[in-house]
Amino acid sequence: MERFFELLWEALPVLSSGALLTLKLTVITLPFSVVLGLVSCLLGMNKYFKYISYVYIALIRGTPILVQVFFIYFGVTQFLNIRMTAYVAGVISLSLNAGAYLSEIFRGGIQAVNHGQMEAARSLGMTYATSMQKVILPQAFKIVIPSVVNQFIITLKDTSIISCIGLMELTMQGKQIIARTYQSFNIWLMVGVYYFVMCYVLSKISQYIERRLSVGKGRS
Amino acid sequence: MAKVEVKGLKKKFGKLEVLKGVDLSVEEGEVVCLIGPSGSGKSTFLRCINRLEDPTEGTIIVDGSCLTDKKVNINKVRENIGMVFQQFNLFPHLSVIKNIMLAPVDRKKFNKSRAEEKGMELLKRVGLADKRDQYPVQLSGGQQQRVAIARALCMEPDIMLFDEPTSALDPEMVGEVLDVMKELAAEGMTMIVVTHEMGFAREVADRVLFLDGGYIVEEGTPDQIFGSPQNERTKSFLDKVL
Repeated sequence: MERFFELLWEALPVLSSGALLTLKLTVITLPFSVVLGLVSCLLGMNKYFKYISYVYIALIRGTPILVQVFFIYFGVTQFLNIRMTAYVAGVISLSLNAGAYLSEIFRGGIQAVNHGQMEAARSLGMTYATSMQKVILPQAFKIVIPSVVNQFIITLKDTSIISCIGLMELTMQGKQIIARTYQSFNIWLMVGVYYFVMCYVLSKISQYIERRLSVGKGRS
Repeated sequence: MAKVEVKGLKKKFGKLEVLKGVDLSVEEGEVVCLIGPSGSGKSTFLRCINRLEDPTEGTIIVDGSCLTDKKVNINKVRENIGMVFQQFNLFPHLSVIKNIMLAPVDRKKFNKSRAEEKGMELLKRVGLADKRDQYPVQLSGGQQQRVAIARALCMEPDIMLFDEPTSALDPEMVGEVLDVMKELAAEGMTMIVVTHEMGFAREVADRVLFLDGGYIVEEGTPDQIFGSPQNERTKSFLDKVL
């Protein structure tokens, strides 16, 4: 037991710095992925550009995220003959990955809004774009919150994959400590607790937001 | 010149031809009721008049603008054609007054304060001034439909289209919506109404059209249609519903 606390004392600052990087990676990735998802979703509804969105989603869904990370970090850099830090490669690949899934979530949300809403808005003379912006998207936004949060949590956990290209985030820090101490059980347990707490807090925050948004406003 | 002029209107959904050549001319201030069995094309016809459905063939001229011309600014034309739907289609994320103000402000018809003033005027008219800050779900069906009418009127349209406005309502709420429509008709609004309320058609309409199988089978004054229908199909339909 004494050994455990000693280990904890030693591991805590290191794991904390890893967790901080994990959080940073997630927080930077989320807005990028939301923008990518929205753009892809809107392109997907356009007569001419929808194939861009189709191909993007099919490629991301059809390949493992680990391959995507390697492809960006080793493949693309070699092909374009550029240098990229593991952090940048991580943000790019995680954003691309989450963006594709978010695109599908957004599409589902927009389709879930009653068709009559668009008709009512258009019948009043509003353009397609304004109707989308003022009538459809606000309703779709509420519908997709739970699924979007779910995707955020997945993305947070997916950051552990970036350890494979050497970024010193939480998982990688855990590995490093184990390499020194051979304390697999204890360290992976601590790493797990770190992830769990971060995901739990994220889901609680989202539940709070969800409740706030539904006050006084109707379903449909 | 006629307010609404429809010539040779055809509409196909895939292989299914719903409208097989419909002509209609509506004068300013006229109230026209469309009746007929379900699937006869009444709603499709109405929805073609503000191009919520794209006609397959034929011409539609509303207030001098040809809707079937691809170059026409459809949004501009729609500002002048109010529509009321069977399912109300109020915007659930907006309060009653914001539902009404949204389009007039967006289309720069009024500024915010003028739109609010106008909106309140209309809410008073439909008897719902006290509901201004409520959300649609908090209202009964009849109240929602009256708000929907106020919303359409706030764009100050010349023509109003009603697509079975009372079909989704509980029986005791039908009256309050019909009363608002009657008042509107009495004020001289040009109205085209798809309805199953024969009493309303009889009392308010200047002209009644009976649609069946994608054609206007018979048309005339309410007295002609309800009193002495000539066509066999009109007779058998009215026998069933009256």
